[in-house]
Amino acid sequence: MSEVLERPTDATAKLRIIDSDIHPSLRAESDLNPWLSERWKKHIAEYGKLGHQPYAGRNTYPRFMPNTARRDAWPPGGAPPGSNLDFMRAQLLDLYDIEHGILEPLFPGNLLRNLELSAAVCSAINDWQVAAFTSQEKRLRASIQIPFEDARASVAEIEKRVRQRDFAQVQLTSRSTEPLGRPKYWPIFEAAAHHNLPIGLHIGGEAGFAPSASGWPSFYVEDHHGLTHSMQCQATSLVLEGVFERFPTLKVIMIEGGWSWLPILGWRLDAHWRKMQSEVPHLKMPPSAYMKRNLWVSTQPMEEPERPEDLRRTIDWIGWDRILFATDYPHWDFDDPRHAFPCALTEAEKRMIFRSNAEAIYKLD
Amino acid sequence: MAETIDCDIHPGVPTVKVLLPYMDAYWADAFVQRGMDGFDLASYPPGSPIACRPDWRRAGQKPGTDLAQLQSAALDAFGARFAICNPLYGGTVAVSETMGAAICSALNDWIAAEWLNADPRLRASIVVPAQAPHLAAEEIDRKAPDRRFVQVLLPAGAEMLYGKSYYWPIFEAAQRHGLPVGIHAGLMYRHAPTSNGWPSFHLHDYVAGAQVFEDQLLSLISEGTFLRYPGLRIVLLESGVTWLPGFIWRAIKTWRGVRAEVPWVKRSPAAYIREHVRLTMQPFDAPDDPAIVAQLLEEIGSDEMLLYATDWPHWQFEGERAVPPGFSPALLRRITVDNPLATYPRLQESIA
Amino acid sequence: MSRHVVAAAAEVPPGGRKLVMVRGRPIAVCNLGGAFFGLLNRCPHQGGSLCEGLVTHAVTADRPGEYRMSRQGEIIRCPWHGWEFDIRTGQSWCEPDRIAARQYPVSVAPGADLVKGPYVAETIPVSVEADYIVVEM
Repeated sequence: MSEVLERPTDATAKLRIIDSDIHPSLRAESDLNPWLSERWKKHIAEYGKLGHQPYAGRNTYPRFMPNTARRDAWPPGGAPPGSNLDFMRAQLLDLYDIEHGILEPLFPGNLLRNLELSAAVCSAINDWQVAAFTSQEKRLRASIQIPFEDARASVAEIEKRVRQRDFAQVQLTSRSTEPLGRPKYWPIFEAAAHHNLPIGLHIGGEAGFAPSASGWPSFYVEDHHGLTHSMQCQATSLVLEGVFERFPTLKVIMIEGGWSWLPILGWRLDAHWRKMQSEVPHLKMPPSAYMKRNLWVSTQPMEEPERPEDLRRTIDWIGWDRILFATDYPHWDFDDPRHAFPCALTEAEKRMIFRSNAEAIYKLD
Repeated sequence: MAETIDCDIHPGVPTVKVLLPYMDAYWADAFVQRGMDGFDLASYPPGSPIACRPDWRRAGQKPGTDLAQLQSAALDAFGARFAICNPLYGGTVAVSETMGAAICSALNDWIAAEWLNADPRLRASIVVPAQAPHLAAEEIDRKAPDRRFVQVLLPAGAEMLYGKSYYWPIFEAAQRHGLPVGIHAGLMYRHAPTSNGWPSFHLHDYVAGAQVFEDQLLSLISEGTFLRYPGLRIVLLESGVTWLPGFIWRAIKTWRGVRAEVPWVKRSPAAYIREHVRLTMQPFDAPDDPAIVAQLLEEIGSDEMLLYATDWPHWQFEGERAVPPGFSPALLRRITVDNPLATYPRLQESIA
Repeated sequence: MSRHVVAAAAEVPPGGRKLVMVRGRPIAVCNLGGAFFGLLNRCPHQGGSLCEGLVTHAVTADRPGEYRMSRQGEIIRCPWHGWEFDIRTGQSWCEPDRIAARQYPVSVAPGADLVKGPYVAETIPVSVEADYIVVEM
């Protein structure tokens, strides 16, 4: 049995961690109002934000914790977890010596069915990230929210934000109305590649399709797992459609999607591509070669093998340079940088995962 | 000595016409009158590389339709004592319950008459209309007395996940007859093949097929199917193998955190999987590196789970390399003989 | 092992809990109907502060689809990943034989006994009229 008490707690001291997944929250829906037109404020008040789920005001699978959050992450006074910058500083940035953190807002915006509304809300979220967080805290960087189902509006939003140092990446969601490799999304990849902006592909969203090719699971315990399949779909689609052939410098970071599956998916793709490559003649390399060149993963939620040392094999297979540490603060499946890894890491391995791999992707100076 | 047990081969249906003699008068007439044919599965387009290994393909014939080739290429070449036929055909995916049931029943009778009767090494799965569990249960009851039928066969992607109460009649019938339930790769296409909709390529569909098996296992565990039917044995056919350890890790981790949502799941998901679930080992989906294969086998954590299969005539390997490098002789013995006999009680009867 | 006076018993009423420090270790002291239990306040998984978790009941089921609640107040859930621990034993719900929160013996002693020693009172002023919570470490 592992005892946290007995483990060294200075494992990450002086690493100056880069956290690639922090979730900021609105104090209230009205926080976005300063950047929304009267038309959209009225629209939202009347119709809400039409998405792809059965409830008017919530996601399909109720989580197991309020706001999907750590129970100790509610700031004094009761505002939602992730909405209070001072509390975030104390509970995350200062406590763990995090030098840079990448914000990934997850509230509804980029998957709304009304594309004009989606564009307006995404733009407001971007302004809000700057006003509420990055302008006040230099350690934090924002993600450019885009209405990705509308590529033209998405490119316009990227162009609008790309010169602001506040933004570190373009954010996409692992559930989309078509697999992300399909041509309608290519202008987004073209813009990201052109500006050398990484894509932060975050787990989640609801796009109307059943979570499984066999339909709808009953429980959160199932959907929580099935989410990783949406990430596997996106990795497969980006590779097979030739996105990385067309944009060889594009960097896609798969955030919170699990990662033990990554080498396995590469092997499975390679094994069957060998027989079926006539279907995808635009690929010049085995699928796993694109994955090793263009895909990265963030660590949270940490993979916890039955035998802890097996994790080292998984990382060997993925590549130690492809893995970025993330806490997922303030969500319930948060990873503590001091204790998250079930196996021991060398100092050099820690440096890569907690810091230098992220430094190589994000422009953080 | 011929002693291996091949747990997944696929005799092909050349045309629905061969099934008509096994249908009742209405359906025998309807398929002709309406000009209905072409019920091959979209998951296995007959011309696609996955559907037939190049050296097993015969010009002008659909894959798997030649008994003599099955005997020489699958049974003799690999020294099979038994081989289990899992026909993949349109009855299992029809939207009409009654037409689906008619095709499935005819297929079962055709397999018995024209394949099982032709070679004593052959066994088969009972193909059922999962669209209509009550009809599926009737079909299981009808065919189970023929002891050469050794399992019930379902497609991996159905209308709902198999843990849902809708499917209880199928598992009840399987348990009643002591039959394992085999779930084979392939979709009904009632839902998009991925949670992001429709990929552009068959290759994507096929690769994504592994995820449906994960969904089905989680559904069976989370809904308590293994508690309702404690004798139930699930066999994943052509599922791929190497996804299993990572799947187990995440299933355990999630269960530890939110198990109170499904409090009847009293044991770790890994325990249910290792007790109730078996997998055929083609495709295996790993590099040709014995060290990696050995590592993955250790992570699977049980030498009782894998079942030998050639997947004939599907194209999974070259030549006679039906087993990846890295399997020890002891494990080889288990997967080719011991595990199949333990999984399929009716095979033991044939030997005794 | 020595005995540490950590709080007045009245500070932790039945159903209550209090985080105390003993020799530099954070201990969650819980009162279950008058019986006191002490758990190291670090989840054996990743070190979450158990004291800030939800104190709840045991959820069990006789068969799929049924839910039974029992032992109200005796299960604590880590505020991070939701792992459940039995406050009485420290055992985790999912793997009781392998994973447990470390337990420390806790008892209640009258102030009159405590002034005689040998106890470590640290910063707690002890009065002979009151009862006190004592942690052994």
